[in-house]
Amino acid sequence: MSTVSVRDVTVAFEAVQVFDGLSLDISEGEFIVLLGPSGCGKSTLLNAIAGLLDVAEGQIWINGKNVTWEEPKDRGIAMVFQSYALYPRMSVRENMSFGLRMAKTPKPEIEKRVARAAELLQITPLLDRRPDQLSGGQRQRVAIGRALVRDAAVFLFDEPLSNLDAKLRNELRVEIKRLHARLGKTTMVYVTHDQIEAMTLADRIVVMKEQKIQQIGTPDEIYHRPANLFVAGFVGSPQMNFIKGRLENTGEGLSFLAGDRRLSLSAYPFATAPSAGQEVVLGVRPEHLEIASDGTWPGFKVDIVEPMGADTVIWCSDPVGSVQVRTTGSRKAMPGESLTLHVDPSQVSLFSAETGERL
Amino acid sequence: MSTLVPQGRRPQRLTIGRIGVYAFLLTAALFFLLPLWIMVMTSLKPMEEIRLGNIIALPAAMTFEAWSKAWSSACTGLECNGISVGFWNSVRILIPSVILSIIAGAVNGYALSFWRVKGANVMFGVLLLGAFIPYQVFLYPLVRIFSMTGIYNSLTCIVMVHVIFGLPTMTLLFRNYYAGLPIELFKAARIDGGGFWSIFFRVILPMSTPILVVATILQTTGIWNDFIFGLTFAGRENLPMTVQLNNIVHSTQGERAYNVDMAATMLAALVPLVVYFVSGRWFVRGIAAGAVKG
Repeated sequence: MSTVSVRDVTVAFEAVQVFDGLSLDISEGEFIVLLGPSGCGKSTLLNAIAGLLDVAEGQIWINGKNVTWEEPKDRGIAMVFQSYALYPRMSVRENMSFGLRMAKTPKPEIEKRVARAAELLQITPLLDRRPDQLSGGQRQRVAIGRALVRDAAVFLFDEPLSNLDAKLRNELRVEIKRLHARLGKTTMVYVTHDQIEAMTLADRIVVMKEQKIQQIGTPDEIYHRPANLFVAGFVGSPQMNFIKGRLENTGEGLSFLAGDRRLSLSAYPFATAPSAGQEVVLGVRPEHLEIASDGTWPGFKVDIVEPMGADTVIWCSDPVGSVQVRTTGSRKAMPGESLTLHVDPSQVSLFSAETGERL
Repeated sequence: MSTLVPQGRRPQRLTIGRIGVYAFLLTAALFFLLPLWIMVMTSLKPMEEIRLGNIIALPAAMTFEAWSKAWSSACTGLECNGISVGFWNSVRILIPSVILSIIAGAVNGYALSFWRVKGANVMFGVLLLGAFIPYQVFLYPLVRIFSMTGIYNSLTCIVMVHVIFGLPTMTLLFRNYYAGLPIELFKAARIDGGGFWSIFFRVILPMSTPILVVATILQTTGIWNDFIFGLTFAGRENLPMTVQLNNIVHSTQGERAYNVDMAATMLAALVPLVVYFVSGRWFVRGIAAGAVKG
């Protein structure tokens, strides 16, 4: 059974239509990440699920109930915002208990739930402080705590880590993942533009662009089998290498041809039937280019070397197009050096040059 | 040749430009202080000394007689009870007017910036337009309306007028201040189950201190200094201090008591003056806070 179901939803700001008939089903206990560049509509979708935004058409179901016309507080959700949105004039304890006090929950129950949430997030010593006496990481912990005491079935996160510095972001990311595991059956919908957050946290990722869903899949599917050029380019850092070329029929099946470089595609699992002569874009992840003594593509010239510690990124140029190669940190290379690259045809992605869709 | 090696703080030099700036500031300060000085001096002199015409000189025989006369026994037309009657009238008009207009403005501004009421922008535009139409245009129709409803010439009437005319500025002030608050705060409160009033009183109002201070200052000085509404709507029993002051200054028979006039004027100006001195810092801060985003 799905906990959150968005059915054919259309959202409109005055005359501008933001979504047109968007649908999404989220199962119980699932961690869903909405990923996309800013302005792609991911936050709008989250606000529509929360009920902070009226939908023009379609329905929103949460926990088997049609909540399209319900107030945010009656939807069984909790939300965490990018700017923390803590009430500045209340102590941490008052912040966390505000929702319960509004719902007229009995006092002992409020205390019990606040204590439990504070314990879980290790903010018990901060309970009597005011938000302006907390650091950014502590504030976001309190904001998560405030969501936690609501005992909601669905948690909505709107870029919760974007205001934090890199180190804290990594720490809290792990903590959110741990929290999800510990809460068990809580569904989480998480909006971010950070593909690392998406890859590490999600059970399934929803990649969005220009108000449309581009692909829904597990992080593995999104990374290894991107549905189109946008998804392929947006996920992964350093970016996937794209080489323009065309398909050609050789003796042992189809081959990819770009300039005088050639790659046999007999091992490639085509999703649609390709035709010879078709213009295509070949996508290869930097870590799937292997530096070999005897490989498919010789004669790449090293341009720039970026040592990153654990691994090294080598930028190579070639008349056909420049590529980035990711290799181990111990591999040394000098600019100007000539490399031979090996490509594994089962690891590549092929896209139609015309539509950008995966072949 | 100087052998000074540039290091640390750059030495301050008194340049001609700087002297000019100080000279200008000093002249400007003197220019604005002079009338006040003359008023204070005149009010402390007996009439014989004033007749000599040395208006800037210190009083030779200082006396507070003019002040006590202005407060309790100067004649405003036929009655001779001083300006104190007007003072208390003004206080009775001021307190309910300030409180009610601020409440109305705050609720209006809150509704306009957070609740996205249908037609909010049109409503706000119309309200602002009201702020730009000269008051005189409203006087006659308002007098007719109030006399038809039977509350013309009463305390209720003058308070209502002040609340109505304070609404555009108060709404603008609060709306702009609230536009600067993060909308996510409001969203969080809605998810926590707050309604229109509970979010206003528990979340938004506690964050409004600076703008509340500014609104209080604006309304207090504005309503205290009002003349035309008081004269038109308050009725004979409730005439504010400004109207009484005018009566004192313009209805003397025989010799004009300059010292009493000056003392009465300063008494009338006392309240706004105190308000500015006490809260000037807040005033500047609040104006800036409300003006940055809008």
